[in-house]
Amino acid sequence: MDYTTIIGLEVHVQLQTNTKIFCGCSTKFNPDNPNVQTCPVCLGLPGSLPVMNRTAFDLAVKTAIAINCQIARFTKWDRKQYYYPDLPKGYQISQYDLPFSHDGWLEIVINKETGEKKKIGIIRAHLEEDAGKNTHDETGRGQDSQVDLNRAGTPLLEIVSHPDLRSAQEAKEYLEELKLLLTYLEVSDCNMQEGSLRCDANVNVHIHRDGQKIATPLVEIKNLNSFRNVELAIEFEADRQYRQWQQDGKTFGQVNKETRGYDAIRNITVAQRSKEEAADYRYFPDPDLVPVTVEEAYLQNVIDSMVEFPAARRTRFIQQYQLSNYDAAVIIDQGVVFANFVEHVAKICGDGKQACNWVTQDVLREMNDRKLTIEGFPVQPPVLGEILKRINDKKITIKSGREIFLNLLNSEDLSTISVARIDQIIQEQGLSIVADSGQLEAVIVAVLAKNAKAVADFKGGKQSAVGSLIGQAMKEMKGADPATVRELLLKKLAE
Amino acid sequence: MSIIGATTGELLSRLERGELTSVELTTAYLDRINQVDGKVAAFITVNGEKALRQAADVDRRRQAKQPLGLLAGVPVAIKDVLCTKGLKTTCASTMLANFIPPYDAHVITQLRNADAILIGKTNMDEFAMGSTTETSAFQITRNPWDLDRTPGGSSGGSAAAVAAGMSPLALGTDTGGSIRQPAGFCSVVGMKPTYGRVSRFGMVAYGSSLDQIGPFANDVNGAALLAQVISGHDGRDSTSVNAPVPAYSQTVNQPLAGLRVGIAKEHFVEGLNPEVEQTLRTALHVYKSLGAEIKEVSLPHTSYGVAVYYLIAPSEASSNLARYDGVHYGHRATQFSNMIDMYATSRGEGFGSEVKRRIMLGTYALSAGYYDAYYLKALKVRRLIRQDYDKAFEQIDVLASPASPNPPSKVGEYSANPLAMYLEDIYTIGANLAGLPGISVPAGFTEAGLPVGIQLLAAPFEEEKLLRAARMYELATKWQGQRATL
Repeated sequence: MDYTTIIGLEVHVQLQTNTKIFCGCSTKFNPDNPNVQTCPVCLGLPGSLPVMNRTAFDLAVKTAIAINCQIARFTKWDRKQYYYPDLPKGYQISQYDLPFSHDGWLEIVINKETGEKKKIGIIRAHLEEDAGKNTHDETGRGQDSQVDLNRAGTPLLEIVSHPDLRSAQEAKEYLEELKLLLTYLEVSDCNMQEGSLRCDANVNVHIHRDGQKIATPLVEIKNLNSFRNVELAIEFEADRQYRQWQQDGKTFGQVNKETRGYDAIRNITVAQRSKEEAADYRYFPDPDLVPVTVEEAYLQNVIDSMVEFPAARRTRFIQQYQLSNYDAAVIIDQGVVFANFVEHVAKICGDGKQACNWVTQDVLREMNDRKLTIEGFPVQPPVLGEILKRINDKKITIKSGREIFLNLLNSEDLSTISVARIDQIIQEQGLSIVADSGQLEAVIVAVLAKNAKAVADFKGGKQSAVGSLIGQAMKEMKGADPATVRELLLKKLAE
Repeated sequence: MSIIGATTGELLSRLERGELTSVELTTAYLDRINQVDGKVAAFITVNGEKALRQAADVDRRRQAKQPLGLLAGVPVAIKDVLCTKGLKTTCASTMLANFIPPYDAHVITQLRNADAILIGKTNMDEFAMGSTTETSAFQITRNPWDLDRTPGGSSGGSAAAVAAGMSPLALGTDTGGSIRQPAGFCSVVGMKPTYGRVSRFGMVAYGSSLDQIGPFANDVNGAALLAQVISGHDGRDSTSVNAPVPAYSQTVNQPLAGLRVGIAKEHFVEGLNPEVEQTLRTALHVYKSLGAEIKEVSLPHTSYGVAVYYLIAPSEASSNLARYDGVHYGHRATQFSNMIDMYATSRGEGFGSEVKRRIMLGTYALSAGYYDAYYLKALKVRRLIRQDYDKAFEQIDVLASPASPNPPSKVGEYSANPLAMYLEDIYTIGANLAGLPGISVPAGFTEAGLPVGIQLLAAPFEEEKLLRAARMYELATKWQGQRATL
């Protein structure tokens, strides 16, 4: 089977504004109370008029800059006209021929081990209003369909990529990188379950035959509600197109673009409608909204207030904390809060590498085992950083550090977790590394006296006997440094 | 002195002097509506009970010497295209026959703040589409000067209400002449402000880039007062302009020295009724006698106006009226086979033929493959028309023309020939395409006793100049004092 899958993605992202794009209604996800977040404007009542929400525009520009788009200095709003019950005005306010941004790219990592990257071109990103949500009776009893307009008018950013993606895996990587970026920028919560990130995939395959490239007809896959489904649907669809071509030999251009829906239960794509019968949207400039001009100073302001992007942060972590590509990716890909957590710990303990190791191993493991989020993790950086600092300063051993960490995690009352509590545990359990060699010497002398047989074995040439002696000494002096104990013990034995 | 037929200024001073209460005043107008609206059919809804309650409240506050608004206690009739909270707003359409808005249009809020009395909602062409008020789904409004004739349109109900003495003031809307033409036909004053001067929030849209709300009154002073009340910036309308509103009513009586009145040579064309032309020539003499200079200017793209208008307005209308689909509110068919059929049948039943005609025109003009040739081309010519006016207003202060090439039509005259009706908009359409303010003032009568109005246009935001120029003319002529007898 010799073919290449060609994929372009259209991603719709709900922007995280408090209010809708053209009115003051809340954008809260509220499916249990339909039609409460509405007003004459988003209900499309006669005489109502839209007014642009500047914050939505700001967030959109911020995102477009982050995906390296050109920002248009003049942009306008257009009406996309079609009839559907979830579209109360009979048109959607969108952007047609002059989108606010165009021609950008997003870099994705296609090999986590080597850190190999690939740039995916972005055709355009434009702003529009979301439609409402129709709910149909799925019991088959023919009940009325219901319309909830809470969502109608939520700001939506549509990001259209070039067909630069070459595998289902790459498509998933692109979506993950985009989601990561959007959450870093705090422009969207990207919650696919709640519909704040939605994706359509344009797919065909290039079949390689006798040195020639044969393209199959284009298909748009809709109803992709998880990244995993995007991956599965594309894999299925590529294979389906290859098989279809084997059957009918139809190539790109011979058949109209087709829309297929993904059926996650059966893992197949199903034909929906041919674009042949698609509506003429009769786009025209919305006379109710004035065009937007973008000033240089405004753009500079957005650029200046930009946070560090995930890709840049990955590179910095590799350099600053001497991490591998893989480890840096693990941290950054967990999201901005996780990466901030690591950096916060690093700042307190003064050792970035150590902070990375602890957070990616101990913290991540406990997070997963206990099903916690990083935000809700009981041992936050100010405390964890202090534990690591004590290890670094050789005040406690790594082992003691882990014990304290777990001890804190298991606290019945999470509010007791504090730096003071660390020192309390150290004291209660005698975890302090004993620097006083006199005290240690006394313990060792006592251990040697109690274990005459082991001493004799050692002196008889059995090196391993020293292990149990160290163990016993450590038991007596919990905070002792094993290396120091060993050194002192050998010295005593040699006497 | 009679209440009916008095000017707004007269009514206000009698109210202020305590010679008259708002309840008496409102009652007198409600009685007048009762007496004559059976013949005129200007009102769709008479807001009698609430109006009287509002009037009583104003009287009470006046007695308590509380501060009152500019129009305290004076009735205003409202074109039924402006949303009134809790009061049916039908757009004279079956589609919205039972629509009660949950909010007030911005101009209604302004009226309430000015303590005006909302006396009722007036008839109009369905969704403001028409020039005769005959396309109303409910009733045909008659011209108070000749009941066999139309009052013009689309704000024919408001114009007729003022002309018949059923309200001293009224609000209308003007998309292609819908205030100025009926004002001329009914011998009252009607003004369309500059696009952006008055918020469109709560005005049911017809052609959004052309629509503007404006006043009707039985004299220029009344129009100035009402214009002042409704003008001003509103954050809910993105096209509303944030510029201070001059106190028109304070300056309206000051004559303009060195006034330059323009006439466009392109306006004197075939189809202009000789009596109407003569009326304009006479009006120009009046201005000359007042010391004004008459200057001929050229508006070379005038002849494209009607074509451009009948592409842009229907295109916007086809989109604006898409929301009336029977899903969320408005008329829904009772018999349909599926969702698409529900849309089609609801719209088929809910809209009249003129509205359907314009929706079809607009849908066609915006369709793929036609957009560039029609809509886009129209936008380009619209820009040229605007440039014509910009150039003209470098040389003149106001441009005078007939309000309409012919006197009011007979009821039914255009029913078989809508195109002839469209062509009657030639003098008024330019102001909408260019966003200019315009006013129509009574200028006399034909031999047959039919009213003729003249129109004055001015550069954007020159309403003050426009009103003063109109007032100069009004004071120099006897037409303002004429009242229709019913």
